[in-house]
Amino acid sequence: MAILDKHKILETNATLLLVCSFLVVTIGGIVQIAPLFWLENTIEDVEGMRPYTPLELAGRDIYLREGCYVCHSQMIRPMRDEVERYGHYSLAAESKYDHPFQWGSKRTGPDLARVGGRYSDDWHLDHMRDPQSVVPESVMPKYGFLEKKMLDGKYIGDLLKANAIVGVPYTEDMLENAQSDFMAQADPDSDYDGLLERYGEDSVNVRNFDGHAGVSEMDAMIAYLQMLGTLVDFSTFTPAASR
Amino acid sequence: MSKPSKKFDNDPNTTGHVWDGIEEFDNPMPRWWLWVFYATIIWGIGYVIAYPAWPGINGATKGLLGWSSRANVAADIQSAEDKLAPINAKLEAAELTQITTDPELGPYAVSAGGAVFKTWCAQCHGSGAAGAIGYPNLLDNDWLWGGDIENIYATVKHGIRNEEDGDARYSEMPAFGDDYLEDDQIDAVVNYVMSLSGEAKDATVVAAGAEVFADECSSCHMEDGTGDRTQGAPNLADAIWLFGGDYDSIKETVTYSRFGVMPSWGNRLTEAQVRAVSAYVHQLGGGE
Repeated sequence: MAILDKHKILETNATLLLVCSFLVVTIGGIVQIAPLFWLENTIEDVEGMRPYTPLELAGRDIYLREGCYVCHSQMIRPMRDEVERYGHYSLAAESKYDHPFQWGSKRTGPDLARVGGRYSDDWHLDHMRDPQSVVPESVMPKYGFLEKKMLDGKYIGDLLKANAIVGVPYTEDMLENAQSDFMAQADPDSDYDGLLERYGEDSVNVRNFDGHAGVSEMDAMIAYLQMLGTLVDFSTFTPAASR
Repeated sequence: MSKPSKKFDNDPNTTGHVWDGIEEFDNPMPRWWLWVFYATIIWGIGYVIAYPAWPGINGATKGLLGWSSRANVAADIQSAEDKLAPINAKLEAAELTQITTDPELGPYAVSAGGAVFKTWCAQCHGSGAAGAIGYPNLLDNDWLWGGDIENIYATVKHGIRNEEDGDARYSEMPAFGDDYLEDDQIDAVVNYVMSLSGEAKDATVVAAGAEVFADECSSCHMEDGTGDRTQGAPNLADAIWLFGGDYDSIKETVTYSRFGVMPSWGNRLTEAQVRAVSAYVHQLGGGE
């Protein structure tokens, strides 16, 4: 029983036991987690993804603040019923600029991964003010107060910077113009050429989302919802079947 | 406490560990448990060979069975499409007006269309298609753009006032509050419009409102206010109101104008789905 005697050394030295247990657990962690950081196929390369515009990013923060994720997931699973209801299943790349991502499988409300463009801005406005006015059977609370809270984008540059630190490729140009881009996206009468140039002409919606002058939290929220899942063009995308 | 407990003759051997006089029996695991344990190890080895498992440099091992969730869902969708392909082809080839009366296509289109409706249309038009304020009721005889199946099909396929489809139906009522009309003119014409299907709030200005209506509104809404479906101008004389028929609602409509938007479903749904949901809406009650 020589090995048991050796094991006795571990069992009778608490600190040594702790260190060795930690080493054993580390091996498990390295095998499971570490390859994900180097594997080339962890996130497949997908055309069309871009970082959120400042207004969309602010809308995303409001989405998190209000806890929308408690009822709504943003992950269409690869199953026929989900694909037929929500659209193409979600790709990992579609969440690559999300910190944190909004995956999940617990849904009280529908999945929102591809809600962008599915409804009009007016519908979103009606629905946020009083969800039951358009969907009588809905249990969603009212979010009309978002309309009343006006935003000036004073700290939006810092929010972009924070995202840049954790890996979102915001350029210097984007960071410098964050506040003006923020204000321009909700005002079709503004000079928004720079915004389109920085983030992409086809993928940025410039509209007065809530129908009122100025940028409200509602503008940010609807701007965010209206771009969800719209960046990848699935008419040209062929998924690698082996994933 | 200092003496070890008394041992019985049939006690198993101890492991030899002694700690403060406490000894440990060396009891074997139950056989059944041990065999199940070995079986799970063997099953586990088989599993990592058969299914994708071990991460490598360029990807995980594929597994002998070649299983993949993406391939599964693609096959699943394909098999459903294959089953429906013959009848969908027939649906796409059929004359729109013949769909609902066809003994085979009719029931199929209505039930398939019902599923499409509940997935894509119910959020605005209601799960029972009764609509909501700003979203038309599809059960009644009042149609903005026409209620025969060809018009319903065109509306579904291209949508209304959206930016994504060049063939989308488009009409634009001016915001009469923007320097077009004076406040008293708006007040008068609102009262006149109310009088078309009910009682005006202020009957004394109805005559003045009729004049404003004839000058400003009748080119689209027609002289008698019954509207014009070719321009999507609503019938104002039928007591059916999309945005509300009380004085304040009508006044807001005249002052600021309103535009409902409907997405282009031809961009999102298959031709068969568009036809099916058109047939479904057509048979709800108001189809012409």
